[in-house]
Amino acid sequence: MDMPTPSPSILSRKARIVARLQAVLPADAVVHDPAEVRAYECDALSAYRCPPLAAILPRSTAEVAAALRVCHEEGVPVVPRGAGTSLAGGALPTADSVILGVARMTEVLEVSYPDRFIRVQAGRTNLAVTGAVEGDGFFYAPDPSSQLACAISGNIAMNSGGAHCLKYGVTTNNLLGVTLVLMDGTVVEVGGPWMDAPDLDLLGVICGSEGQLGVVTEAVLRILPKPEGALPVLIGFQSSEVAGACVSDIIKAGVLPVAIEFMDGPCIKACEAFAKAGYPDCEALLIVEVEGAEAEIRHQLSLITEIARRHNPVEVREAADADQARRIWLGRKSAFGAMGQINDYMCLDGTIPVTELPYVLRRIGELSAHYGLDVANVFHAGDGNMHPLILYNANIPGEQEKCEDFGADILRLCVEVGGCLTGEHGVGIEKRDLMEVQYGPDDLEAQLRVKDVFDPNWLLNPAKVFPLHVTAPRRAAAGGQA
Amino acid sequence: MTLDLTPQTEAELAEGIRAASGPLVVRGGGTRGGLRAGQGVSTAGLGGVRLYEPGALTLVAGAGTPIADLEALLATEGQCLAFEVPDLRRLLQRRGQSTLGGVIAENAAGPRRVVSGAARDFCLGLRFVDGQGTVIRNGGRVMKNVTGYDLVKLLAGSRGQLGVLTEVALKVLPRPETEQTLVLRGLPDGQAVAAMSAALGSPYEVTGAAHLPGAETLLRLEGFEGSVRYRAGQLAALLRPFGAVEMAETSPWAAIRDVLPLAGRAGDLWRISTRPSEASALVARLGAEAVVYDWGGALVWALMPPGADLRARAGAFCGHARCLRGDASAGPVPLDPALAALTAGLRQKFDPRGLFA
Repeated sequence: MDMPTPSPSILSRKARIVARLQAVLPADAVVHDPAEVRAYECDALSAYRCPPLAAILPRSTAEVAAALRVCHEEGVPVVPRGAGTSLAGGALPTADSVILGVARMTEVLEVSYPDRFIRVQAGRTNLAVTGAVEGDGFFYAPDPSSQLACAISGNIAMNSGGAHCLKYGVTTNNLLGVTLVLMDGTVVEVGGPWMDAPDLDLLGVICGSEGQLGVVTEAVLRILPKPEGALPVLIGFQSSEVAGACVSDIIKAGVLPVAIEFMDGPCIKACEAFAKAGYPDCEALLIVEVEGAEAEIRHQLSLITEIARRHNPVEVREAADADQARRIWLGRKSAFGAMGQINDYMCLDGTIPVTELPYVLRRIGELSAHYGLDVANVFHAGDGNMHPLILYNANIPGEQEKCEDFGADILRLCVEVGGCLTGEHGVGIEKRDLMEVQYGPDDLEAQLRVKDVFDPNWLLNPAKVFPLHVTAPRRAAAGGQA
Repeated sequence: MTLDLTPQTEAELAEGIRAASGPLVVRGGGTRGGLRAGQGVSTAGLGGVRLYEPGALTLVAGAGTPIADLEALLATEGQCLAFEVPDLRRLLQRRGQSTLGGVIAENAAGPRRVVSGAARDFCLGLRFVDGQGTVIRNGGRVMKNVTGYDLVKLLAGSRGQLGVLTEVALKVLPRPETEQTLVLRGLPDGQAVAAMSAALGSPYEVTGAAHLPGAETLLRLEGFEGSVRYRAGQLAALLRPFGAVEMAETSPWAAIRDVLPLAGRAGDLWRISTRPSEASALVARLGAEAVVYDWGGALVWALMPPGADLRARAGAFCGHARCLRGDASAGPVPLDPALAALTAGLRQKFDPRGLFA
């Protein structure tokens, strides 16, 4: 992975930069000891590591603004960091950058049930947002798998999704406003507890901009009343193609489940060995969850099982109660852990039109044979967001590179059938160099212009999202100014 | 007088914009904006459905496609545009017919906004031509896409300030099997908003909540018949403290979507976005001739005496307001300076010659 050469000028000014940050932040908010900054050298994409120049852990918007003003004046790149759970390397530092961690900003600032929103500091974890309102019957809908650990700031940076976004949408559909600190320390309130923008929808482009436009310190989030109940049905099939066709039929029939999850044979076997969820021995498995009152749930499940039976399932298992529901979800929720037990793996995130599922699964099988690496598929089938897990052994020289080549081929396949490189994890550094597969030069240029407006000196979250050769002229020009 | 541009292809549109020397006025169906002077640009030649996959809930069409055509096509598969495109022709005394591009550029949204979202939330991808005549593509046609910056949201609701839309990919949804509307009568505005908040905060999936002149408070439930019947009973019980609950005989939602209670009446028309809990106090300060509350009170349509300065009457409030018909000098409430600077910066980047200003 190519990264820009760290600026010798910044590295040589470390003591002065740290002193200036210490002057505007509490003593415990500036981490600069070379051993201590190693805690920030990577995120969940741990194959790539680089200790930052320093890390700062502010507690308020005002502290973030003060620190950014210093970094701006010193021309130091800043890498915003939520909880460090990015699978795409979204929070990977450069050696000449300051990590800005929002982990200490976790307060709930306001809750309004009549207006159905919550305002939080952006370092609060996804699950703790729901935790603040669930006692009163509400929840925050986007539910990435890492929701126990991941911060709202990171959810906003990556526009995170989750298993239940088929019904409730992803982060951008549930975000009403942010407090954004620009690189020069300007604090901007974008949106708020209302439903649309007075002029250009800046909130819409800030969400998913991977921390490159500003640092989000507070967020206004839509909260929803919890449904009366929810139950899943598990359906096993002889082949992935048949399961894919069943997904399409369910959607077409007018039932809108909250989640349709898919696992293929290798994944089912690994999960079964790991979690002993009692899954049937078959080649493809769907978990379809519906919500509502008891009678509504039964009605929807009957519609779904009726459709499923037309596809000759090997098993249809409706959850009778919460305990059976938990068992059905158990294997799916432990899928990544199960795969991690048996192998190193690389998790992809390409999204495809649902109608292309059978074709794409077949092609992935062929690629798997070509590369000699196994792949297990587990994903959000309802919205076509695939998560192929490529299994490899990091101790075998060359195998990680082979795995990355295989991954790139799968993502090219996703784009080729009308899909995209990433559905919910973000580009980060991981998919940076594939951006030109999806977008032409003019398409990328339009995105760079947005960055020019928000961060004219190109200091925020450097070397992510766009191929380095595409951003080189801008970074060179900005370097001259800094 | 320069002749209107009537491109038949995206490339022709790009060429026309590159050659333009003065202000351009983009017209879809002519049902909304576009009243200022300048060379017209018609998107009528850029219509047509490119792809419709009911099983993937996806539709891709040219920006000039009439919304009525799309709705007719979707109806054949029992599907719909879930954001309920308002037809404001009677309200704004316009002719023509809404087009896909205009609806996205306006970020249109009807009563279902309160749970399902606006046009922006159903827009999966788009193509547009910017002020330099460059064709730009963003997003795609899949349900989840975080590849690069989300210019789709930036363009949705941009009212043509950044470029001319040429193609849009939409997420569509199954049309609900049945609908039932609950009615409360005679509630003062504050009580009506409280009733709507109670309903929207319940687990019964209310998909419309409006309060109309004549003190009618309306709550909509949609879905499978048995489910709607069950939820209507539960919701009626929940709302009992607010008064007697009736079941409506006919559907009022098309009229609410199109703001018909305020159509055909003299006065300035304002659209206000706010938080429901502030809405009735705000309305009390306005001295409006009539108001319609939609989105549970998060959207207020106010018919004001001609020339009334809404900003002065409203004072500081949570949200924003825009004048859709009437004395334009009353203008929108100005943006915060930092927001205004970012907005102006984006306009400058995408339209450096100010063709769409």
